[in-house]
Amino acid sequence: MHNEHSETHFQSRIDNGEHIEAKDYMPENYRKHLIRQISQHAHSEVIGMQPEGNWITRAPSLRSKQILLAKIQDEGGHGLYLYSAAETLGVSRAELIKNLQSGKAKYSSIFNYPALNWADIGAIGWLVDGAAIVNQVSLQRTSYGPYSRAMVRICKEESFHQRQGYEIMAKMMKGTKEQQAMAQDAMNRWWWPALMMFGPHDTDSPHSSDAVKWKIKRETNDELRQKFIDKTIPQAELIGLKVPDENIKLNEKTGHYTISEINWDEFYRVIAGHGPCNKQRLDHHIKYHEEGAWVREAAEAHKHKHLEKELLTI
Amino acid sequence: MSTDTQFDPWEVFIQSKSGLPYIHAGRIHASDIKMAMQNARDTYTRRSEGTSIWVVPSKYINASNPDDNDMLFDPSNDKIYRHPTFYVMPEGAKNI
Repeated sequence: MHNEHSETHFQSRIDNGEHIEAKDYMPENYRKHLIRQISQHAHSEVIGMQPEGNWITRAPSLRSKQILLAKIQDEGGHGLYLYSAAETLGVSRAELIKNLQSGKAKYSSIFNYPALNWADIGAIGWLVDGAAIVNQVSLQRTSYGPYSRAMVRICKEESFHQRQGYEIMAKMMKGTKEQQAMAQDAMNRWWWPALMMFGPHDTDSPHSSDAVKWKIKRETNDELRQKFIDKTIPQAELIGLKVPDENIKLNEKTGHYTISEINWDEFYRVIAGHGPCNKQRLDHHIKYHEEGAWVREAAEAHKHKHLEKELLTI
Repeated sequence: MSTDTQFDPWEVFIQSKSGLPYIHAGRIHASDIKMAMQNARDTYTRRSEGTSIWVVPSKYINASNPDDNDMLFDPSNDKIYRHPTFYVMPEGAKNI
């Protein structure tokens, strides 16, 4: 008989393409890796609401305001799907939030950049959500069942996000000289951070090999980044945007674009907390978490009052 | 800060069309049934995914233990008389 609680048996289940469910045996490091990755993903959705939320009251039309509200509501929902998936691994929501607020848990460093003007909302939807989608489409096939199911749900909702961003950019590129310049400026600022969203090169990625072995990640950072680059450059060219990289070249043989080396110093600087908005993002989260505490307390008090009533009528 | 709460977890089941089974959609947190229903609606049915919702406190969901799978889900291959092909029908019998 095989031992169902052995790493060899676990690995053979993974190799057979089986999904792992919450109560199944899993190596402790698999569980840890998932909690870290899923919670980081959830925190990114929630913190990602901030740069866009900043523009709800200043959206240029009622149409764009409605769309932006719906998009941000989706991001909040995606955070909730992911927190729920993480909870199946035995970690509580309160712990997850505490780790975000203490800085112990990370979120995608892209959200530490500011959304300076309306063109940024276009660039965020098109490039940031676009990069996220490439990653999330791949994660639909992740080996952990609850994570995979959350990803399927998220991917269904996410494609409108990217299209609304691209629509904004396309519209601005058909506008006045000033609007075109704004769109190009946003492209220049968001292009490189969007490429960094896929994480370090495979050779420098500390968690990559286990994650690929366990099929938590189905494709490597560099593979996913290349997919995004190949999809996005033609989209930029179509609407007249220039990719801010002099060395872009299409390799006719492989069909892939080559680009300049990414500025990894910037990446690590932002991760270490020195991006333009790190402090602002966390302070904002903590402030509203604390200011909302009385609402949660009141809801609990309401529940207890009604529970007591129910007990009295039995 | 006083004691914080994230409320109790609830499991959400959605029926996408009348007549179809309720399928597990995920989880939400809520302090009571009313909030659970509202949160389930807002979280899982923003795009007409459902016509009906069940919410159940997560503590009342009991899952089988994967260690018992061999015993619980034994295919009972020795009980072939559970399948219609086991039976010998007289030659020429129709509609059976």
